[in-house]
Amino acid sequence: MTTFGWIDPVLRSARPQAIGALLRYFRDLDQAEEAFQEACLRALKNWPVNGPPRDPVAWLILVGRNVALDDVRRRSKSAPLPADDAISDLEDAESDIAERLDSSHYRDDLLRLLFICCHPDLPAVQQIALALRVVSGLSVKEIARAFLVSEAAMEQRITRAKSRVARADVPFETPGAVERAERLGAVAAMIYLVFNEGYSASGGSVHVRTPLCEEAIRLARLLLTLFPGEPEILGLTALLLLQHARAAARLDADGAIVLLDDQDRRLWDRDLIAEGFALIDKAVRHRRPGPYQIQAAIAGVHAHATSSKDTDWSEIDQLYATLERLQPSPVVTLNRAVAVNKVQGPAAALAMIEPLAEPLAGYFHFFGVKGGLLMQLGRANEARVAFDQAIALAHTTAEAAHIRLHLDRLIKESQPA
Amino acid sequence: MLYAFLCCHDEAVANSWSKEEDEAVLAKRHKVTEKLAAKGKLGPAVRLMPTTAATTVRMGGEPVVLDGPFAETKEALLGFYLIDCDSLDEAIETAKEIGRDEKVVFEIRPVKLFAPKGIAS
Repeated sequence: MTTFGWIDPVLRSARPQAIGALLRYFRDLDQAEEAFQEACLRALKNWPVNGPPRDPVAWLILVGRNVALDDVRRRSKSAPLPADDAISDLEDAESDIAERLDSSHYRDDLLRLLFICCHPDLPAVQQIALALRVVSGLSVKEIARAFLVSEAAMEQRITRAKSRVARADVPFETPGAVERAERLGAVAAMIYLVFNEGYSASGGSVHVRTPLCEEAIRLARLLLTLFPGEPEILGLTALLLLQHARAAARLDADGAIVLLDDQDRRLWDRDLIAEGFALIDKAVRHRRPGPYQIQAAIAGVHAHATSSKDTDWSEIDQLYATLERLQPSPVVTLNRAVAVNKVQGPAAALAMIEPLAEPLAGYFHFFGVKGGLLMQLGRANEARVAFDQAIALAHTTAEAAHIRLHLDRLIKESQPA
Repeated sequence: MLYAFLCCHDEAVANSWSKEEDEAVLAKRHKVTEKLAAKGKLGPAVRLMPTTAATTVRMGGEPVVLDGPFAETKEALLGFYLIDCDSLDEAIETAKEIGRDEKVVFEIRPVKLFAPKGIAS
């Protein structure tokens, strides 16, 4: 860490709220980003000399706004330019803006910024890319690497996404309660997408992308700071923490997938698990269950268990049943079948997933689970067919390699000893 | 005199540290606290979970239970050290050493009562 190593994390963490506020001033995403960029450059020059401002976010917003206004003046050549010193001494102006930008303002600014990124017209990948670029401040290069596309292709995707949201006309007035709740729901879903993209990559040779998971957790925590009493945001954050706690155990040294049953649970991050439980405890007190809280509870049951054998699978079965009622989806049923297999055996689980064949015809995990159940039932030929289908649908080389292991075992077992 | 070193930090910044950055800060601090421990000057040290895990109970009349920290400030209490220092000057120097190269804020508070088991002797 260099002498001024503290500046980078401060700028990074100030970004979402500063851009959110600048967006409210300029009503233009590009202009807000440019103003923030300029403010950061000034901070890098000014802060090492004058020390950190009392409220870095307010400083950046004020400077960003002033710089942009200067720019307008410069172009019109009317007013004389203020000396750079004038904006470097911000103590008074800063405390003034800090008061006006109270937490409720910050809250709606940030929510609006996140909400713009999850415009329903944007495909999921573009939503994620836009949020990572604009809100998290990842470089196009970093995002391109995460999605395994060229920098130029990602640049184009983000530009396209930006022009799409520019036409979307998101209102800048302070939202009403219903609108705020809708925005919050959409933003939570987007953060979950970011995490999922990191947790189980949609393509390529890298199966887990830790930076995306960490970024999603950072966004969830940020959202939770602004909405501390929202049980579903508590649930979402807990879910991400509990899932991410297993990251170190999910792949072996060669990058091959290690299933939950076989994971070395000593590698699970106990700090993240403890924090996840603390958030679940808080959420439960509200007595307003929702899908994220239930999924967090399921992850919590796993986190509690010292081994797969000690896992309370009937509790998991029941939690999935509740989730099915709240949010019916074939994927939820498929996950429930895994628990049913542990409680009632493979025949019951297979019967449960049979109706899913059509809706999940293109889903890798459906054929993976189906193959596994058939294998347990000794129906080797059918299992092989299912595994072959799974490999054809695998998104990452790790997924394909994992299924191939099962196939190898089937072939080995079918050969006479 | 026993002093409490309350570590206050902008939580958004602390949350944005990567695992590596976090570990680097801890390792750097450890070098200082290790020396204090060797001299028998270091008491319990506590690191708190983020304020998003906090619950506030406000008493007086009907108790009110609220999600979140006691105060909605940027700089939150993230943890504390108890350290035995001979003087306030020494305490200030210790704080400077522990927090070197960080943007942390230490509030140094002389300790009135220290009861590690909860019972005053």
